[in-house]
Parts: sequence; structure tokens; C-alpha cells
Amino acid sequence: MAARDFFKDIRLEKRYFRTRIYLVALLVLLCILILALRLFYLQVSSHDHYATLSHENRMKIVPVPPTRGLVYDRNMNLLAANKPSYQIRVTPVEVDDMDQVISQLGRLIDLEEHHLKKFHGDLKRKQSFESIPLKVNLSEEEVARFSVNRHRFPGIEITAHASRYYPMAGVNAHALGYVGRINADEMQKLDRKDYSGTTYIGKVGVEKFYEQALHGTVGYQHIEINAQGRRLRVLESIPPEPGKDVMLTLDAQLQEVALQALGERKGSVVAIEPETGEILAFVSTPTYDPNQFVSGISSMQYAQLSDDPDQPLFNRALSGLYPPGSTIKPMVALAGLHYGVTRVDDTMWAGPYYQLPGSQHKYRDWKKEGHGRVDMPKAITQSCDVYFYTLAYELGIDRIAEVLAQFNFGSRTGLDTWGEAKGILPSQEWKRKAHGQPWYPGETVITGIGQGYLSATPLQLALATSVLATRGQGVQPKFLRKFLPADRASGDGIGEDLVSAQRSVDIADALHWDRIVEAMEDSVHEPNGTAYAMGKHAGYRIAGKTGTAQVFSLKKDGEYREYVEEEIDEKLRDHALFIAFAPADKPKIAIAVVVENGGGGGTAAAPVAKAVLDHYLLGNEYAQQDAS
Amino acid sequence: MATLSPITKHPARPLLNLDPILMGGVIILCGAGLAVLYSAADHDAGVVLHQSVHFVIGFLVLLFLAQIPSKQLFKWSPWLYLGGLALLVMVLFVGYSGKGAQRWLDLGVIRFQPSELMKIFLPMMIAWYLSDKHVPPSLRYIVVALLMIAAPVWLIFLQPDLGTAVLVLSLGFFVIFLAGITWRLLAVSGGLILASVPAFWFYLRDYQQQRIITLLNPESDPLGAGYHIIQSKIALGSGGLYGKGWLNGTQSQLDFLPERSTDFVFAVFGEEFGFLGTVLLLFVYGFVVMRGLSIASYAEDTYSRLLAGSLSLSFFVYFVVNIGMVSGLLPIVGVPLPLISYGGTSMVTILAAFGILMSIHSSQNMFTS
Repeated sequence: MAARDFFKDIRLEKRYFRTRIYLVALLVLLCILILALRLFYLQVSSHDHYATLSHENRMKIVPVPPTRGLVYDRNMNLLAANKPSYQIRVTPVEVDDMDQVISQLGRLIDLEEHHLKKFHGDLKRKQSFESIPLKVNLSEEEVARFSVNRHRFPGIEITAHASRYYPMAGVNAHALGYVGRINADEMQKLDRKDYSGTTYIGKVGVEKFYEQALHGTVGYQHIEINAQGRRLRVLESIPPEPGKDVMLTLDAQLQEVALQALGERKGSVVAIEPETGEILAFVSTPTYDPNQFVSGISSMQYAQLSDDPDQPLFNRALSGLYPPGSTIKPMVALAGLHYGVTRVDDTMWAGPYYQLPGSQHKYRDWKKEGHGRVDMPKAITQSCDVYFYTLAYELGIDRIAEVLAQFNFGSRTGLDTWGEAKGILPSQEWKRKAHGQPWYPGETVITGIGQGYLSATPLQLALATSVLATRGQGVQPKFLRKFLPADRASGDGIGEDLVSAQRSVDIADALHWDRIVEAMEDSVHEPNGTAYAMGKHAGYRIAGKTGTAQVFSLKKDGEYREYVEEEIDEKLRDHALFIAFAPADKPKIAIAVVVENGGGGGTAAAPVAKAVLDHYLLGNEYAQQDAS
Repeated sequence: MATLSPITKHPARPLLNLDPILMGGVIILCGAGLAVLYSAADHDAGVVLHQSVHFVIGFLVLLFLAQIPSKQLFKWSPWLYLGGLALLVMVLFVGYSGKGAQRWLDLGVIRFQPSELMKIFLPMMIAWYLSDKHVPPSLRYIVVALLMIAAPVWLIFLQPDLGTAVLVLSLGFFVIFLAGITWRLLAVSGGLILASVPAFWFYLRDYQQQRIITLLNPESDPLGAGYHIIQSKIALGSGGLYGKGWLNGTQSQLDFLPERSTDFVFAVFGEEFGFLGTVLLLFVYGFVVMRGLSIASYAEDTYSRLLAGSLSLSFFVYFVVNIGMVSGLLPIVGVPLPLISYGGTSMVTILAAFGILMSIHSSQNMFTS
């Protein structure tokens, strides 16, 4: 080799080099040892720690929402179903130019202002890797249009969900209620774990009352995800337990008939099977379509419903309070008999008005000239006010209240739903508490004909009617007939009927009941009865009682109440009421009808009841024939 | 150690000048590399095929260099060094950029990093320069050698490629160390280097500073810079003693581990083959380095000794820095795991270095036979 130092000592150099190589080899071994120790620390000593981290990295537990239970009527007509609905969802992190993508999507899918508004709101609130619904309830056409163009839209997907659907729309709305998206308030109260995959919750009605059973129990999937959060496979799954299917006591056809009979008028029909307490019909008009609440009602639609002067969202059957008017008379009569204040055949002279002893105030009868000599049955049949003014005064308010309480006035019936009103059953004590005033005898007088403080819901009236029908055997009214067994396809198909609690009225004398019921029959079937127009062609015996509830008092201090209906504002007209049960000797159905501002009970409310009774007792054909 | 046993016992010149012991280690490492790459690259046989092509090209270079006597390499050394420097300057002006650094030269057919060439040319140059100097070399020569080292290191640092700059720098030092620098001088220069660290810190680019900060506290930025190291520690640690099995590493198969076929391939290996696998791999790496050092210690002339020693040590620095970085002991400086990480340039460079080692080994055999 060239250019060597002249004095270069090769042996010395070699020794030098060997030493250095050994030193370097030592360094190499030391480094390898350090690395090995480090790996031992990571892979052996800390293995458990890192194994846990690795497990958490790749595993995700995803809730699987249960299928909501279906709701049927008593004849297995579907009232609430689940149908697949499609949502288009956007994962913001995967979208480059959001505005451009949205405008392109707008050409395939009908996007309205409120969709975009909600979406942009969500966009700010949620994290960029969470998928956000842009529009729910896509039409089949929209789904198809998007699917063809899917490749153009990374980060956008269509997902299928089960959505609540009410095939009969508004027919059962006030009984069934509806589901809607879970709001923040509800989120606070419910079991977050159980609802972790659920979007909808029962908001009102049966849907709310039986929420727990209808909802079912959430299931879980342990899924493996990659670093981007994409699902790769299911490692383990606990299937959800679907919600229970329920059969309601309602008769959907009867609902339709009642709805049709009420027509455009505001009002309510409640029908009960007296023996069981099963609610056969439960209608409040005007009604609304519960389907619009399911996917989130727009604020405009909601305003339309809530600002409607006819208040379609108001559940008149459950929460509407009306003076019972003359429909109270059979019960006041029973109180009179029970306390021995009068006997059935005792008669009295009923003139055009009644006056309290020592008072000039005239309590007028609805019949200008008075009814003449009447006994109790006649007073009921012709709805004689003066007879009941007298009887009420002789009974005194507290004894009236005691008996009416047994017919469930003044307390909730306990129907399996939410939002029931309690009504007012006045008594001396009640007035002291509510108004801080003593009770005046005049207030007792008008309570005798169902006016004054006394108020009740159509449901309470129907229940009281059912108590009359069974001669005092009160039952707990209910919407739920039974929970349907999950395997009903293979089993006997029918679960056990639920039995209602019984509660009877403390009026022991069967004869009393019979005479009152007879009088009610007469009011329908006798020519001088107030509801004869309804009863004269009936193919079965009906026991009924009309009622008229004053909305606006025209009679000022003894002035005679008389007006031509057409001349006053519809809103100020009287409410028409009618209660009935049939067949009178063996009642299968008890009904209460209220027609708001309808005028007289016999003319406005009784025909509605007739249509429902006809349908229930005679069948569809006859009802249609009668209606035409 | 067995590899340090006297080589004079092998009288015959090995076939094609290939040292079977060194070649065996290299093939084991490459085989393990291909297996783990298949797993790391989502079972993509294409990646494995590509890497095999890299290996074949590298092996041809190795074969070629093994046939060239070290005398010849000695003569070429200064010219190769100067050529390498020229290429490094070119990179700064016409280089191809990627990942915020300008490292590649595009020659139409292939794109390569001239800094990789320096990993061989620099030790050749320093060995050439110091081979005829007295032992221990005087300060004057050492300063000259340091300047020769500083030029390419500075050019590489400008690209900027901190990892390669440090690697090339350390190669130069290895040659000086092996050439017999006195302990006194070594202490002085070591002190000088330590003293210059703070000044050097301010020359580091933001991302390079960040890497070092993240190393010290990776949890400070779990989704950004610390993500790599956190995920690679999880991969290694969850592998445990026996590993999750080939193709069963969830960290790598499910994309949690970034850069898992290149710089972080060791984490895939550790996750799937466990502590037993990683220790075995360390053993093979150690074996290969020891064999290289053994060849160096038996080499006949100074130039060969210095070159063989420094090339062996460069291989050693490669795997120690890579494994140190993947296991969280060293900053993430972007050094591949030799012979296993996916990539053509480093594979060819490393095999070229082994080619030179084999040439030196067979030259020495010629002398002894």
C-alpha cells in the first residue's frame, strides 16, 4: 500500500486495534443487554398493563337497541308498528369540503332549511368522527338515487333504523300516544345504560305508560375496531331482549266509528266494558297524526298543532273537565234513596222553578212551564230540574259528595296512562280548603243538576256509567288487555287477560238500582224521554241519560234562559252530554259522550253514542246502514 | 465468542468470496424481515415481493463488492468520497422533497438518497486518510479527519435528515476511535461535543426538537407526536413473553401502529413474537456485528481493519438506535431496522457494506493461505 508513514509499527498498531475492538465489542454487548432489559421490562414485567391498553384499543362495546313492542287492538289490528326508515348520515372528519358536498347531496335528496339548520347545529356540538344524521326518513327514491352515486360521497352513508309507525294515523292518537326522540329531561331520568342505543321513547299515552315493557332490554356487541374506528368483526354479542307486544282493550273499528260520529265537532267518546273495565273506545276530537312526532316534528308543524284554537293535542277524554249536567241525576237519585231522604214512588209538584226557603232567588227548570207532579223515575226520564234541586237540598252537599265519590267523581280512575285530570267533587270541606269560604245552600241546589263546582272528565263519566250498569260493581278501567307472549306463533296465541281490581259502591238495595236503571231506559225508549229520538228505532234496550253543561250563563238572576243557538257564538254554546249502557238488562258496553258547544245532550250527543253502541252490539253492517 | 475464533483455520477461499457465517446471519435477518413485513403490510404479498427485489439487488451489489480486493477500494476511497459530497450538494439544489425534507435524487430510473452512500464512503475516506498515520494519530490528523467528517454531516443535516447525520457522524468517530485516538484527546473532544449540544439544539428544526421533547414525555401529545411511541410500546408490551402469534398482532393488524412496515417494524415483530422473539432477534444482530468485528480484528492492513470495524459498528448503531427508539429509550430519529424495515436504499447500502466486509475477509484469507 502506498504512502505509509516511514516509522509505522505494524505490530503495535495491531495490538492497539485489538484493544479497541474488544472495547467496542464490550460496548455492543452492553447495548444489547440494555435493550434486552428494556424489552424484558416492556414485554414481561409490564405485559399486563400494555395488554389492557391493547385490548382497550381494539375493543368497543356497541349497544344494540331492542325492537320496540308492537301494539294491537282487542281484535289484533295493528295500532303501532315498526317500519324500516332510512337516514343519511355524515361523518365530518371524512368529508373534505362540507359545503360543496352538501350542495351536491341537495341534488339527490330533498334537503330543506330545517334539515340543514339541525345538521349545522349538530356539527358544532359533536366530535368530527361521530356520524351525524343529515336527514331522517328518506324516501325509497332518495335512497335509490344516493346509492347509485354513493362512490362520489366518501364519509356519507345511509343507515337503516326501525322507526315507529302508526298505521291508523290519528284514530287512536289520544289513547295510544306516540314516541319521539329522547330529550335532555328524559335522558336525566331514564336508565342510560338501557337506552344507550335507543332513539325514541314513549312521550304520552300507552306508549309512555308501558314504556318499560314496550322498550325491552338493550343488547350489546363487543366489536373489534381499527384505528379509524371502523368496525371489523363482532367478537361477542348479547342479543337485545325485544319489547313486549301488547294487546290493548281498544276496538279500533269502534274508534273509527266514534271518530266519524263526532265528525268535525270537538268532543270525546269513552266506552267501557262494564264487567271488566276494559276501555273499548277512547276518542278525543279533533285528533292529530302521531306519525309526525316520530321523526321529529318541525317547529312550524308543532306551532300549527299547539296554536290551533280547537286544541287537537288536548286530550279531552282524559283531561277535559266538564260539568256533568243532568247526567248526574241518576246518581243523586240513588243518594236520595240510600239515605232514605225520599222513596222511589214519592211524588212532588215540580213547578217552573225552585226557591230555597226564605230566599227570592229562582232556580229555573229547563222546561219553562214545569213538569207538574213527578216521582223519581219520571224526574229522571224527563230530566226534571226542580225535583233534583229539591232532593239535593234535602240531601245536603256532603251526603251527595259521599255517594258521588263512590262513583269515582273527584278522584282519578287510575287508567293506565298519563295526564289524567281528577275533576272536582265539591263538599263543605273542599270549599273551605280550595276557596277558604263556607258552603252556600244555593251551591248544593245546582250540584243536584250537575252544575256549579262539580266537574268530571269523559273518562270519569264513562266509569260512573259503567258502575250504574253493573249496579254498583265498579272496576278499574284499563287500556292494557294483555302482554302477548313472544312465541305466540307457536303457542296458543293468547296470553292471559289481566284482571282489574274490583271496587263496589256501598248501596246495598238491589231494588234501588233496578228502579233507577228502568228510569234511564225510559228516558231513551219512552216517547217523553229526553233521548227518545235516539231510542225509538234501537234494536236493543238502552239505559241512558242526557245532559247539558252550561258554558256561559245567560240567565241572570231568575231571567229565563232562552236563546236561539245559531245566534250566539259557537264557543259559548252549551256542551252536550250523554251517558248510556246497553243492553240495559245485561250491559256489554257503557259509554259517555261529550260534544263541546253541541247544544242539547239528546240531539247532539245521543246520536254519537247510538252509532257506537250500534256498531258494538249489532256489527258493522247495521251501523253503516244506520248512518246513511 | 465463536465468531472471534481464529479465521486462519479456514484455509480455503470461500465460494465467490462469500463468508458463510456472515451470509447466514444476513439471510436469517432478511427472512425474518420478509415474514414480519407480510404481517405489517396487511398481508400484501406485493410488498413482500418488492422487498425481495430490494434484497436481490442488494445481494448483487454485495456479490460484486465481495469480488473487489480491498486494495482496489483503498484506491477509490477519496474519489468516492468527493463524488458523494458532490451528490449531497446537488441534493440541496435539485433534490426531490418528501416529508418536509429534501433527501432524494431522481435519476430517472431510480430515486435514491446520496446520504446513504456516505454511510460507506465516509468510513472509507477516514480509513484511507488515517491508514498511513502513526498510532496513536496526532491531533493535527484528527482535526483534518474531523473536518472530513463534518462536511457530509453538515450537508445531510441541512436536508434535514437528523437520523442519518447522526449515524454518519458516529461512523466517522468510530474510525477515529479504532484508529487509536488517545484517551486524553477522546475525553477532550467528547467534552467539546457535550458543550456544543445546547448550541446545536437551536439549530434543530421544530419537528426535530419536538421529537426529543416527545421522547422525554410521550404522553404529553398522545394523538400527535407521542402517538407513535405510545402505540409501539403498547404493541411490544402486549406481545408478552410468547407474542400474539404471526399475523395476530392486533396493534399492527388493526392499523393502530403507524409506519409499521418501515421504522416501527420491530414493534410488529415484538407484538407477534413476544420477548422470546425479540431477544432471539437481538442475538442474531449481535452475532452479525461480532462476526464483522472479528473480520476487522483479523484483517491484514490498517485500512481494511478500520473500514471493517466501522462498517460493523454502523450496522450495530442502526439496530440499537432503531430498537432503542421503538422501545422508547431513544428519540424517534427515523432510523430503519437494518435488513428488516421496508425500503430499497437502506437495504442496498447495508448489503453493500457486508459485501465490503466479505471482500476484506477473503483478502485476509488469501494472505493466510
